[in-house]
Amino acid sequence: MNATQPAEAVDIQGLLWSGFGSLPEAAFLLVRIDNPPAARVWLHTAGVTTIADLANPQATVLQIALSANGLRRLGVPDRIRDAFAPEFLDGMAGDAARSRRLGDVGASAPENWRWGYPSEPDALLLLYAQAGGLETFKRDIGAAVRQAGFTVVHELPTSDMGSKEPFGFKDGVSQPRIDWEGRRTPNSSDDLEYGNLISVGEFVLGYRNEYGLYTERPVLAESGALPDAEDRHGSRDLGRNGSYLVLRELHQDVRGFWRFVAEQAGISGAEALAEAMVGRHRSGEPLVARHHLPIRGVGPGQADIEANQFIYDADRAGVGCPVGAHVRRANPRTGDLPGGRQGLVARLLRTLGVPRPDLRSDLIASSRFHRIVRRGREFGSWVDPRTAMQPDCPEPASGLHFICLNANISRQFEFIQNAWLNSAKFNGLGDESDPLTGNRMPLQSGQPTDRFSLPQANGVARRLQSIPPFVTVRGGGYFFLPGVRALRFLTQ
Amino acid sequence: MTPQSTFMVAAPIQAHREPELQRLLGQMNDAPGQADPRNALLPFASYPQLHVARFVILHDKTLSDLGAYGIVFPDAPVWLVFLGDCDGSAEDMLARFAGTAADGLRQIFAHCEVPPGPDLLDWMRRHSVMPAAQYVNWVGRTVQQIREEAALHEFLRNSLGREPHLLSQAPAAIRARLVEQARRGGPVLSPQLATPAAWRRERALWLTQTALVGLLLAPILLLCSPLLLWQLRRRERADPVIAPRPDPLHVVELAALEDYDVSNAFSAFGSVKPGRFRLWTLLLVFRMLEFSTRFIYTRGRLARVGTIHFARWVFLDNRRRLLFASNYDGSLDSYMDDFINKVAFGLNLVFSNGIGWPRTRFLLGGGAAREQEFKNYLRRHQLPTQVWYKAYPGLTAADLATNTQIREGLQRASMTDVEARRWLALI
Repeated sequence: MNATQPAEAVDIQGLLWSGFGSLPEAAFLLVRIDNPPAARVWLHTAGVTTIADLANPQATVLQIALSANGLRRLGVPDRIRDAFAPEFLDGMAGDAARSRRLGDVGASAPENWRWGYPSEPDALLLLYAQAGGLETFKRDIGAAVRQAGFTVVHELPTSDMGSKEPFGFKDGVSQPRIDWEGRRTPNSSDDLEYGNLISVGEFVLGYRNEYGLYTERPVLAESGALPDAEDRHGSRDLGRNGSYLVLRELHQDVRGFWRFVAEQAGISGAEALAEAMVGRHRSGEPLVARHHLPIRGVGPGQADIEANQFIYDADRAGVGCPVGAHVRRANPRTGDLPGGRQGLVARLLRTLGVPRPDLRSDLIASSRFHRIVRRGREFGSWVDPRTAMQPDCPEPASGLHFICLNANISRQFEFIQNAWLNSAKFNGLGDESDPLTGNRMPLQSGQPTDRFSLPQANGVARRLQSIPPFVTVRGGGYFFLPGVRALRFLTQ
Repeated sequence: MTPQSTFMVAAPIQAHREPELQRLLGQMNDAPGQADPRNALLPFASYPQLHVARFVILHDKTLSDLGAYGIVFPDAPVWLVFLGDCDGSAEDMLARFAGTAADGLRQIFAHCEVPPGPDLLDWMRRHSVMPAAQYVNWVGRTVQQIREEAALHEFLRNSLGREPHLLSQAPAAIRARLVEQARRGGPVLSPQLATPAAWRRERALWLTQTALVGLLLAPILLLCSPLLLWQLRRRERADPVIAPRPDPLHVVELAALEDYDVSNAFSAFGSVKPGRFRLWTLLLVFRMLEFSTRFIYTRGRLARVGTIHFARWVFLDNRRRLLFASNYDGSLDSYMDDFINKVAFGLNLVFSNGIGWPRTRFLLGGGAAREQEFKNYLRRHQLPTQVWYKAYPGLTAADLATNTQIREGLQRASMTDVEARRWLALI
């Protein structure tokens, strides 16, 4: 690690710092706690890898996250438990209204999940290892937790697709850069424009977020080995150095995807169409030209500049990158005010909405309040696009164990999922949801959402119709990834 | 142009019959909170002038917040409100309801403390409450126009789909072809009706009045401003903030009614801070707000927010309590995001005069910008909208604006290539 580590690196699980790219093997264990006293002992002493540990190469890494169920099972008192985020307490599938918002309906409805419904697992153990090292590590951890009164309910295997996701696109190209060093003050005029350097408090509880405030979390009066609460003098912060971890098992119909695009655009045009739907080239390169100014939190490395120094202001119509493309929905790269930095009077007028701005210029929320750190891993077998298009290609049964970290599940993960990815009305569009992840279910009123428009230079959009679903949710849950002291406190 | 009007009938209900009334209102729905457009009690869809409408039982669960000011309000009524927005006059709308759905409305209003007598319309008139301020997304756009423009959009989109060879032509040529097709086989586009003279007169009168009062008040307010600011800051520092996390069961009850259509109904109720200072501030703010919505924000946006179809602010209980009701696009999280990041100052102007609002600075800063407190406050004061009707499900305010621009562009005599390209992009 060449960057300076955060001050409390010894208390923060490594996943907030790194996706452990040097450890290509991973498995995620969903466990039930059958014997709470024994489980507490094991969890209390479990060797979780912290950011500080990552200063040295690690052969294996263990990360531990707990669900709301798990906290109950461990005997965490209600008054403490109830101070966690309501979404976390409800669970991902805890409420039909939430499923509606997340688009978890139809084939992706919780009733059809393999796990996570009707009750979520108590804990999630994330295991990472060097090539060839996972089997032993998993066996050791498995034996230890079984002895400690856990049952492994589900094991989610992963496969190394060489930094590509199953559809064949480079994955994890864009991530927010966490402002560990506290270099910026949110809500300055810089934020009128898109930036990629995001406050620690958006991802780690107990720190200032993008509003300059502290996200709700359990803050306790009692002493103990917990960190102090920055915003409440004399109190202890159970949330500090922890994060909420969202896990979703996404099955990707790789053959269906490539056959569909080949059908629409011919074998030779398939790749270009797929890239337009994703919003990036398969290599990860953006579809729009590089922005002429640097973007905060992008670079200085040349690779990052090439991959991420862009915004969509110069491509409002979506001729370069379709307005509804997956990555444009997932991060629209918007600042606080369309037009960005400007004179005081102009800014005041824009804030008041006079003169009336262009119809579609101000429909998307500012990106900085809706970012997530993604840490997912692929599963299943890899097939390259050409093979996937062939009629005799065997089913690769592949997908993504989507993992993201955020401090406010409803404002970050759920907002992105609901207002951006799933919304048929994203940025003034009318009848399309995310071209990759959309569930294609018609609106309540019957209007379709299974279309996709590719704006052309002459103004007319080429339109795809009756797009089948390519991604199905088969499991999911909300977890708390505690700081090390918090984990010890919860299991004492 | 046909201007829109707003109606609201409000009457206290017999407290013990609230559950019964809830069940009755529930019968009007085909999904939780979503009105069946053809329900037997009030078949909303049979009124082509009606944009949105709702029935809400205003059972204020935050009444005890008054205690922070040492006030009790033990006889606070539980209101039943029936409100909506329509084309043409509200008086006519109520008359149509009374004329064609008297049985259903009587069944509903029978739960009120003083139920309607033989003359239902007269009862509704007497129980009508005008808003202190209101907002219409697009003044003059009728339900009929919305439907015709949506049909036009659909028609043009399908026309393009039927003729893929058009895709490669120049914008002006494509437009010419579409104009031709719409002329031959497109949906009916009714011409706008003349703007009623009475509406113009009322508007001019309102403006004159407001200007006169403003001219009279401005010097006084200016002279007193140091004193007023001192008074304001004193209160802002001392007023209690009441924004605990809302009861999870309350949130579940609210969420169960949300996110069926692309739009949602929002109803919230709370108490105004006691004393003349806050009340007069509110009256002044509502005048300014009403001015802005009548003369500035009449075309698709309220300041930067483009997702609100209709909104209103209404005093009840002799200006002791305030109802806010709106119809917005997207989920509540998007709505709150707009509130916090785009118009926190506007919300503060109004709602910081309500009990418990997150702490503000000089009436504009803080408040809604205090994210979590604001979200708690908002959910806590929100009430379930028992029955909600929207005449154009599946369409957002942005859709409506797009469709209007498409129609306007179609009817223009000519366009340059650049204009035609922009116009085609709307389709």
